[in-house]
Parts: sequence; C-alpha cells; structure tokens
Amino acid sequence: MHLMKTLLAATALVAVMGGSVYAKQLVFCSEASPAHFDPGPTTGGNDFDASSRAIYDRLVEFEHGGTAVIPGLAESWEVSADGLEYTFKLRPGVKFHTTSYFTPTRDLTADDVIFSLERQWKEDNAWNKYLEGISWDYFQGMDMPKFLKSVEKGADDLTVVITLNEPNAPMIANLGMDFASIVSKEYADQLLAKNDPAALADFSNKPVGTGAFVFVDYQTDAVIRYQAFADYWRGKVAIDDLIFAITTDPAVRAQKLKAGECDIMSYPAPADVAGLQDDANLQVLEQEGLNIGYMSYNTTVAPMDNANVRKALSMAINKTAIVDAVYEGAGQVAKNLIPPTMWSYDDKIVDTTYDPEGAKKLLADAGVSGLTLDLWAMPVSRPYNPNAQRVAELIQADWAAVGVTANIVTYEWTEYRERGKKPDRPGAFQIGWTGDNGDPDNFFATLFSCSAIGVSNYSSWCNDDFEKVIQDAKKVSDQAERTALYTKAQEIFKAEEPAMTIAHSKVFMPMNKRVVGYTMDPLGIHRFDNVDVTE
Amino acid sequence: MLRFILQKLALIVPTIIGITIASFAFIRLLPGDPILAMASQYGVTPERYEILKHQYGYDLPIWQQYFNYVGGILQGNFGISLATKRPVIEEFMTLFPATVELALFAILIAVALGIPAGIFAAIKRGSWFDQITMGVALTGYSMPIFWWGLLLIIFFSGYLGWTPVSGRIAVSFFFPRVTGFMLIDSLIAGKPAGFVSALRHLILPAVVLATIPLAVIARQTRSAMLEVLGEDYVRTARAKGLEPSRVVAVHAFRNALIPVVTTIGLQVGLLMGGAILTETIFSWPGIGKWMIDSISKRDYVSVQSGLLLIALIVMAVNLIVDILYAVINPRIRVQ
Repeated sequence: MHLMKTLLAATALVAVMGGSVYAKQLVFCSEASPAHFDPGPTTGGNDFDASSRAIYDRLVEFEHGGTAVIPGLAESWEVSADGLEYTFKLRPGVKFHTTSYFTPTRDLTADDVIFSLERQWKEDNAWNKYLEGISWDYFQGMDMPKFLKSVEKGADDLTVVITLNEPNAPMIANLGMDFASIVSKEYADQLLAKNDPAALADFSNKPVGTGAFVFVDYQTDAVIRYQAFADYWRGKVAIDDLIFAITTDPAVRAQKLKAGECDIMSYPAPADVAGLQDDANLQVLEQEGLNIGYMSYNTTVAPMDNANVRKALSMAINKTAIVDAVYEGAGQVAKNLIPPTMWSYDDKIVDTTYDPEGAKKLLADAGVSGLTLDLWAMPVSRPYNPNAQRVAELIQADWAAVGVTANIVTYEWTEYRERGKKPDRPGAFQIGWTGDNGDPDNFFATLFSCSAIGVSNYSSWCNDDFEKVIQDAKKVSDQAERTALYTKAQEIFKAEEPAMTIAHSKVFMPMNKRVVGYTMDPLGIHRFDNVDVTE
Repeated sequence: MLRFILQKLALIVPTIIGITIASFAFIRLLPGDPILAMASQYGVTPERYEILKHQYGYDLPIWQQYFNYVGGILQGNFGISLATKRPVIEEFMTLFPATVELALFAILIAVALGIPAGIFAAIKRGSWFDQITMGVALTGYSMPIFWWGLLLIIFFSGYLGWTPVSGRIAVSFFFPRVTGFMLIDSLIAGKPAGFVSALRHLILPAVVLATIPLAVIARQTRSAMLEVLGEDYVRTARAKGLEPSRVVAVHAFRNALIPVVTTIGLQVGLLMGGAILTETIFSWPGIGKWMIDSISKRDYVSVQSGLLLIALIVMAVNLIVDILYAVINPRIRVQ
C-alpha cells in the first residue's frame, strides 16, 4: 500500500511537471472523430465543430447563441431590388493561418470566395473531385446549383458579386452555413502545383483557414489540437490552446468531465444530466434546440387524405404525456413546425387539444371505423426524439382507445428513411429535423414543399395555398413581409395537419465551472471563440 | 521443418479466399446503404443517388465488385475509405500500434496472473484457494465487457481517482509519432512523465481486455497441471525425494506449458474481438473502435479491407504459434 501511494504521488508530480502550466487550455470532450477537415464535403455536426467552426470563417456568420445573420468575412452586403444580385464587400486585411505546411503571401480576396464556391459547383474545377468518392452533399442539398448563376469579382479585389437565377431570400443564411466556409485559394494552388494527386488530399487533412484557431495536429480517433490564431481579424481569442479529446461513449464523457480530464462535453446521456447538475465543480447549460420531432401522415393514402381524419388521429394522442414520459423534462410540446426561438414563430396558433371523444366523433363523421395503420418508429435516438419506439407505444395505446389499431414498424436508419420518403408509403411516420441555418424556409420548404415529395416531405403533402405562401416568402427579402407569409403558412399547416408536431427538445451542455463565456448555439454547433477559462 | 511450414502456408491460402468472401459479404448483408449513410440530413435525390452509386462502382454486378476488391488487394491496394477518403491501409497502420500496445499489455497481465493462479489452484486442488480462483475465473469468463469496463471506470477513475478515465495519454503531452507505441514514443521524445501517463492510461483497458484470456489461461493451466501432476514421472520425482517446488517447476510445469502455449496463441483472435468493445468504452484509438465506427457508417471499403487485415494478422500469429509449438514438441512435426 505504501509503495502504491508513493507511486501515485510520484506520478501525480511528474504529470503536473509535464503539463503546460502557462498556456490557457480548454479541453472539449467531443462525441466523434471528424471524417476530415474540409467542411465542404462533410456532413456531420462533429465534422463541422472540428473544421468550419474552429478553423474557418464565412462571408456571414450566425450571431453567438442565436440565428440572426451578422457580417463575417464580408463587412457589408447589398441585395439588388430584383433579389437576383448579391454584392459582398470583403473585410480588408484578413489573414490566413501560417502553419508548418503553408505560409500565406497575401490576405483574403474575392478569389478565395469564388474558389470556395466554384470548387463545389463546377465540375471542371480542378478541386471538384480532389478526393476519391467526394460529394458536396450540403451544396447540393441546399439546391445551390439551381440558384447560382455566377460568382464573380466586383469592382475590386475585395468585392464579390453572386448572381442568382431566381430570387432566393434564404441565400444569405445559406452562406453562413458550414459548407460555405471560405478556404484559401493560394494554398489550393500551391498543392495543385505539386502535380501529385496524393498532395491534394492535404487540403482535407492539413487545413488552412482564417478562423479563430489554427490547426496543429490530429491524432486519428483520439485528439485534435488547435492553437489560438494570433492574427485573427477579430483579435486573438482568450484561450491559447483548444483540444478535442474524442470520446464516443456519453457515460465515459461524463466521467471524464467529472474527473477533470476535460472542461466541457457535448451531448450528455439524458440519464446522466441530473448527476452532472449535482456536481459542485460543474455547471450545466441548457437551451431549446432548433428542432422539431413530428409524425407525418401520408396525405395521399386514404383515409389520411382527409384532413379531418388526420385531425382526429392527432386529437386522440396525449402529447403532454408523451413529452413527459419520453423527453424526461428535456422537451416541450410543439404546436408549430418551427421552434419558438425562431423568428416568425406564431404563438397565436392554438394546438389540437387532446380529446379522445372528439376524435371518435370526427372519425365516425368521416365514415372511418376499424382503422388499422402502420406506425413508424425510428430505430435511433435523435435530439428531437430520444426514443421513437416508446413514443410509438404510447401513441398505439392512445389510438387503441379510439378504435384505431396501429402496427409499429421499424427498419435500419437509412433504410427507414428510404422507405419513409416513398410517396406511396402507408401510415404515420415519425421523423424530425434540426435547423441548419435559422431560416424558417429551412423548415417549411425543406420538409413540406411540393418539390420535396420523395426527398424529405414524408407526408407527400402538396397544398397549393401553403406552397404559394412559402415560395413567395423565398422571393422577398424584407423580414416583416416574410414573417407575415410564414404566419399564414403556420395557420394552413395547423388547419390541414399533414403531420402531428410532437416536441422541441432541450439540449444540455455540461462544463466545468472554470469555463466562462460559453454560449449554447441553437444550430447545435460547438464553438469556442468566445470562451475563457479561469485559473 | 520447412515442409511443416509449407504445409501450414498452403492451408492459409483457401482460408484467405474464404475470408475475402466473408468480409465482402458481411457488410453488404447488413441493412443500410453507404451512400445514404454519408448523405446530409437533406438526403440525396434519386438522380444523384444513381450518379454517386456509379461513382463508387456500386452499380456493377456484385461478382464484379468482388473481383475488383480482390484484384486491388493482390496489387496491394486496400482501397480508399468512404468516410475519410484516406487509404485504408494508411488508417490501419496509424491505428494498429494502439491495439497492439493494448493487446500486448493485456496478454502480459493474463499470463503473469493466469499461469501462477492456475498452478497454485492445481497444487492446492480442492482447497479454498482453488475454489475461489476457479470461481473468479468463471465469473471473469462470463463478464460482459462493456458493463465491466464502465464499472471499473466509475470505481477506479470516478470514485477513487486512481486511474485516468479514457484515452491513451494525458492531452497535455504532445510529441511526434515515431513508432505509434505511446510507451516507446514518449521515451524517444525524452518525456518520462509522458511514459508514466501512457502507462496509467493503459491499466484499466488492459485489465478489462485481459479478463477473459486471464480466466481461460488460469483454467487451462490448472487442468494441464492436474494432468501432469498425476503422471508417473512426477510421482517418481517425488519418490526420489526432490523438493516439492522443484518437482512442480521443472518436472510438471514445463510439460504442462505445451497446451497452455497453444491456448495463449488462440487468445490473440479473442483479444481482437475483445478489443472492439474495450476500445469503444475507453476511447482507445485502435482498430477495434475503428471497425465499429466503419460498420456504423457502412464504410464498405474500410470494413472489408479492415476485416481482411485483422484476419491476416491473427493467422500470422497462429502460424508463429504453430511453429513454436513444433519447436517445443517435435512430435507435432511428424504428424
């Protein structure tokens, strides 16, 4: 025992001696390894935390803790009256990172912006296929090829003009998304000049950006290291070293946080939250997530093609009970498709009330009796729906009380979505969405526009009035006008009930009390540029 | 001897072919689709899906995909990971030392504790020591690794604070990678404190990974010893008046060792399996965790080539054990 104590004391001593005492260090226990560090082709939140939100900047940014768009690398911009031409004025004197593998000779110019978009867009761009099997999923997913007409240099090196084929108000918010991160053309040209396909891959694993942190090292599946960028255009951030300690198991992340091996962690398991809140050394921030868990009725299959039947099915369900039982205090009942934190949220909407007797009557009036339908349950836990199986069981019981028989159906996750989006899929389908850019269009059009049928409109719902309103809202850039249109959209949605909105969930972020200034992000990203640590 | 080795090698060829088929088929038999698994939450349109399918070669007939895979391997090309776009062999070589370090440490623990425990249990057959040791071994053998790992973390790292929770080394240590073995690299970098940190990080995962092999080795040693202790030559040695410790160490143990060596060799395959769970719990950046991640991403290329590489290594180790066995025991060669 004595030997053990001596050994431990010696270990502790050398550990302290070996650690860096002077630099301000923040260790983030992250949930997964990034695929690589090019934010263009990657799709995961963990990829973006490690690349775009640490290393890169964009023309515009989302404000800390909100979804309002603020100037980024562009200090100002103008939109032409017809909504087709966006002119961005770039900030002068923005430096790219100097690293062991790249030394920039010039500041940010329009060329970098043009390159950042064209490499994803133009198939003849030398970087369009720089990695084997690369695909620019977000650029495609946001329909950029459809909207973009040209990206060109304006009057000078610091002016960029983006011309669209048709007006698209959400474009500004799109440009704040991770895929639209601005990369260095000079660095790309240097790699290309090596004439070696293997050297091109460096662009994805030896990143160069303009962001708050400079990439230092990635030890695969274990640790990512960054250093604060001394010449950051916003000024050097408060911490010196940022470290991602990749820890996949949430229970282990919580243990690491408690043991002081990391300062802050992502995505605690719901069961661990209370224990973390009780720890005297820790604080747990929480925020409404920018998300929605819902259940899509297939509006093209009888009897769910009748809005009254859909209403009746929703009326039969005790949503409050579901949210209490499944979200364990980390959710709120959703009456609208968009969450309350998003602009244009209509609080005047009255939610469908839980009324089994009324539901029975509505069903009888519609001539529906002995209804049997499939009830789809996601096989995975998502922030917007932690346990779809349990939700399905509760709905099944509620429906049984009004004479509706539900068969619970589930498949492997990708298979589940594939089958779910088929326009002739029968039944009610649980799914959800986490906002990408804070624009209501990102919910309404992505999930319920006519063109999304077969892609992400799981209700196969194409309503002329709704479609007109959301398409009009794309074309005007005045926010008050757009709010009026989205208010109308929410009214139509509630009246037609193409889906039952279930819940918006809360997101928790546990951290050591020595971490100050961290703001939770509604978009679910983790950024550390405004964080400090006290000694 | 050469003939013996050639015979063994000849047997390996059909095994490898079998493994390529099994690993190729395994990941494709799982439900799910690599293209959809990679897509963003917007999914992909049917047209784009077809383009991507063609780009990856998944529109080819299945037999042609298989021959492309095997053809690549024959040329030393294990493919490019669908998830990270890096060569699979490069990823494998980056992560493999971590697994080896862990597995070696685990087998060391298993042997160092398992063999003495087995010997004493055999000598004191029927005693309380024997009963307890074998009881514990049976428990260890049936231990669910995931639960056991978390339990140890909560107790030793969380409650007592003796060991780090997870990872390979404290994040404050940062030195260049030379061999990929933390214990060696820390010394090369001249950081003895890093060595200590790496060693402390190794303890819990190695104990967890060692649990099952330890139980197997202890039980195997015990039964081999019991068998040998009943042999005539042991009785003769005792009758000659030799010291009991000498009888056990020289006469009995050396002969009991032969089946135990085989058992240890066979544990290598089990260690690889155990490493998958152990590495996942302890965020140990080795090939076990990598395999799990690749399977969940439906990274066909990493899974089919990774499984093959792991199988090749296990076969190589078994071959070496077979040869060693033949060296120890000449009768094997004749058979």
